[in-house]
Amino acid sequence: MTAQSKITKTYDIEFKGVTKRFGDVVAVDNVSLSVERGSFFSFLGPSGCGKTSSLRLIAGFDQPTEGDVFIGGHSVVGTPSHKRPVNMVFQQYALFPHMDVRDNIAYGLRQRSPKPSNQEILKRVDETLEMVRLSGYGKRRVWELSGGQQQRVALARALINRPTCLLLDEPLAALDRKLRSEMQMELQTLQRDVGITFILVTHDQEEALSMSDRICIMREGKIVQSGSPRDLYDNPRNRYVADFVGKTNFFNGKICDVNATGATIQIDSGLSLLGAPAKGAAPLIIGGKASIAVRPEMISITAADHTKFHPGVSLPGKVINRIFLGERSEYLIETQGHGEVLVLSPKNITGSTQSFVPGDQVSISWQAESALVLADT
Amino acid sequence: MKQQSKSNRWLTAALLTPTGLWFAFMLVLPLIVILVFSFGERAAVGGYAGGFTLEHYANLGARLKAFSNTLTYAPIGTFLSLLVAYPLAYYLAIKVNRRYKLMLLVLVIVPFWTSLLIRTYAWIYLLGGKGIPSILDWIGIEDVRLINTPGAVLMGIVYGYLPLMVFPIYVSLDKLNKSYLEASSDLGASPYKTFMQVTLPLSMPGVATGCMLVFILLMGEFLIPAFLGGGKVFFIGNALVDLFLQSRNWPFGSAISITLVVIMLITVSLYMRMTLRNSKTGVDESLM
Repeated sequence: MTAQSKITKTYDIEFKGVTKRFGDVVAVDNVSLSVERGSFFSFLGPSGCGKTSSLRLIAGFDQPTEGDVFIGGHSVVGTPSHKRPVNMVFQQYALFPHMDVRDNIAYGLRQRSPKPSNQEILKRVDETLEMVRLSGYGKRRVWELSGGQQQRVALARALINRPTCLLLDEPLAALDRKLRSEMQMELQTLQRDVGITFILVTHDQEEALSMSDRICIMREGKIVQSGSPRDLYDNPRNRYVADFVGKTNFFNGKICDVNATGATIQIDSGLSLLGAPAKGAAPLIIGGKASIAVRPEMISITAADHTKFHPGVSLPGKVINRIFLGERSEYLIETQGHGEVLVLSPKNITGSTQSFVPGDQVSISWQAESALVLADT
Repeated sequence: MKQQSKSNRWLTAALLTPTGLWFAFMLVLPLIVILVFSFGERAAVGGYAGGFTLEHYANLGARLKAFSNTLTYAPIGTFLSLLVAYPLAYYLAIKVNRRYKLMLLVLVIVPFWTSLLIRTYAWIYLLGGKGIPSILDWIGIEDVRLINTPGAVLMGIVYGYLPLMVFPIYVSLDKLNKSYLEASSDLGASPYKTFMQVTLPLSMPGVATGCMLVFILLMGEFLIPAFLGGGKVFFIGNALVDLFLQSRNWPFGSAISITLVVIMLITVSLYMRMTLRNSKTGVDESLM
């Protein structure tokens, strides 16, 4: 084994300076990334951010304009899709309508040369049907199946080939909410069981957060930030990431002081707020535009007449809406002059004190350390 | 509620009346007339005189050559049209840049703005001694005879019926979801295998429609064999022209027409049953 392949062997997919242009449009802009073997990796971003284009470069439907794509340590630039060891689950599944479920699933095996025996194919199809919990559905027509069942057939059709890497293009977008969360769990379990690298493309942050080991957030063809879901949530590098991953309260303003532990922002309403700098972000410049970001669960809420001393920031406000979510409640607070603030309040253990109704005068507060300073990009 | 459904029924009836009358007067009535004629006697000066005889049906064998020619040339012509039309439809539906699609489709139809008669005359010239054979002669291939051959008739058929074959196939290929092709490639099928296993089966409804349109019209064709076949290739259509217009044996012509209708009904219904059973898509039968 050469030194080169030793370095890359734990990565299934790698991009090195990959750019894809369609005419004047840059779909993927100088992207470099690596996906670890056996991991669940997600491309997350709004439509047109380059995530699907990236997936199509891995599948081989498109070829990069510049740069190199590696699968299992080998460059695949110029290799057509039918010669690549990856398989895809399409957004609308793309199940062949003129074949029954079994023929759809067997399709990949039948393209091999030498072709496996019919017995071998039937055995593998039955095993795969069992894996996606569709035993006995082999003879059904694909259009007779429900959306969730079609989804499973699409998974089976891809997984039966034991690909190096499974590509999933918004696979859950066509399902209803309940089925979607069921399939999220199933996909995750399946990925652990088969041990194949999964690469998911989604615009749904919840989907990406709940399933992935690693998420790559994209915008206008570029990677904005990549990391574990936890890392992205706790340490967003800029406002775009903080806004895309989870819910966040933003106070817009200007940087007026920077020191070792953080920065002071004068927000548009005139108030000065302290915040910690984001990890890995570009250095903050005094006078630059920035915002203070506070996650709703970092804010606590107390009655206005409460005399308890708050060590951090404290703002008076009025409850304008409350959404009861069982184990927690979401409050929307209208502050005096600083806009609306979302507060996530867990159910109190004692259960009695912390419940407010719209119209209540309250006070919201948070620790300066739990606020982040994010420069506008 | 009841009142409304009643007035709806009247409206439906009113809207369907023109079509109904059209069918009755233009299709059913003439067919009955032909049927009655076919059992009658030929008048002394030609045309129809009453009576009842099966003589004309018994005499069908006299035109056996026209029947066998038609039943040979129509399937072969249909098949050749398919061979030429499919690649063209495929190119238009799948390969060509969207921007030029409409323009190219129009180009397929443009020749049809001129009557077939005139275009066939043009072919007489092109295939005749002063046309293509003279060019072949010039480059050293001598004594090539094109006009008044079976080949010329088949060429004329393919030329004349191409758009009827191209459009149904184009439609079924155009609405074919391109992700099926990507899925097939993704699963390891070479472009050739993808075509054979996905593209071709999914475009079968268009192929079936095109073949039926061309076949039915070819069964009644008379212009192309008369002009390009030089009277050597004789279709039923030519027999009919001859019987109705030249020898004025209307009852015999009618008997041949009725026989043609029966043959057509049998072949088309067999064909439809076959293609419907073979088409497993279950989604595209609306095209039929």
